[in-house]
Amino acid sequence: MLGLIGKKLGQTRVHDADGNVVSVTVVQAGPNHVLQVKTPARDGYSAVQLGFDAQKEQRLSKPLAGHLKKNGGAIVKRLREFRDFAVDVKPGDVVGPALFEIGDFVDAIGITKGRGFQGVVKRHGFGGGPSSHGSKGWHRRPGAIGCRTWPGWIRPGMTMPGHMGQVRRTVQNLEIMRVDETDQLLLIKGAIPGAPGDYVIIRESKKVPKPLAQKRRAEREAERQAALEAQAKAKEKGKGKARGRK
Amino acid sequence: MNQALQDRIEAAELRAEPLVFGVGDSVRVHTRVVEGDKERIQVFAGVVIGRRGRGVNETFTVRRISYGEGVERVFPVNSKRIDKVEVERQGRVRRAKLTYLRKRIGKSALAVKEKRRSAASS
Repeated sequence: MLGLIGKKLGQTRVHDADGNVVSVTVVQAGPNHVLQVKTPARDGYSAVQLGFDAQKEQRLSKPLAGHLKKNGGAIVKRLREFRDFAVDVKPGDVVGPALFEIGDFVDAIGITKGRGFQGVVKRHGFGGGPSSHGSKGWHRRPGAIGCRTWPGWIRPGMTMPGHMGQVRRTVQNLEIMRVDETDQLLLIKGAIPGAPGDYVIIRESKKVPKPLAQKRRAEREAERQAALEAQAKAKEKGKGKARGRK
Repeated sequence: MNQALQDRIEAAELRAEPLVFGVGDSVRVHTRVVEGDKERIQVFAGVVIGRRGRGVNETFTVRRISYGEGVERVFPVNSKRIDKVEVERQGRVRRAKLTYLRKRIGKSALAVKEKRRSAASS
């Protein structure tokens, strides 16, 4: 499974192939340094370890510094392993957004923005009470949380106020709208968890892996071509006749 | 994301030749409409009553009276669906947003004075 470590930069809007305006998240997804290639023979499984974002050398722990030195010497801040990497790489290689192309689908993993201690209305979407019509101090409360003497206890997992956000979240099946190799950018359709500047993991979509995305693209393209041809044919036919409008 | 980078990304999305028209102009907006697998041009004609936003977010609003009912349409300036914008007559207005046209009825509803100098030159 292909993947990259990236940094969320912000959002903007671009046009898709049909001219629709699409909002995208800009992610700096390179350079990603290949630090280690794990093989089933030696490590028991197949994976590639990537490193991202420059770091000062003095901030590295000694074990990490040694590990990096052994594998290409790139001094990086973030490390991450991707299992069964579909592209052949070796330590010292640099990979980037070019792993993906326009029309591929990816999953984005990030840490959502922390929202602090929140009540049930914001945190769990409760309705709260009426703002007026005689409502006295019962506006954003959760209401009853249990039953009666029986069962006499509150069900575990009851949704209550508490800390919200700053948890790892995955957003699946986001389309790649642009790949910018000069700036090492991926423009991904839709929103991605986290604040600008946060690290995100962009990995090949689990539900729409690359081959499937490619197949779908080819089908769509063929359909479009067929439609164009049909249109051209229809035009040819109608050429002799007068083109009257209704 | 710094502004320079954002500008670079968005530059590719902006139209090569800017649409030249002003608030108060009577325009004909040619939009590409896709119906099934066919594409045709649809025209929306009216008075430009405002323009807002910058870059990829820039939009303009065109107001027309259609069968006695006021209709407004907002177009993104950089939309790939806009083929062209024809200016039928330039209006002389003293406001950036012509929202005052909304409460007008009848003949005065789209009455914007013609621009004198430019009208003579064009």
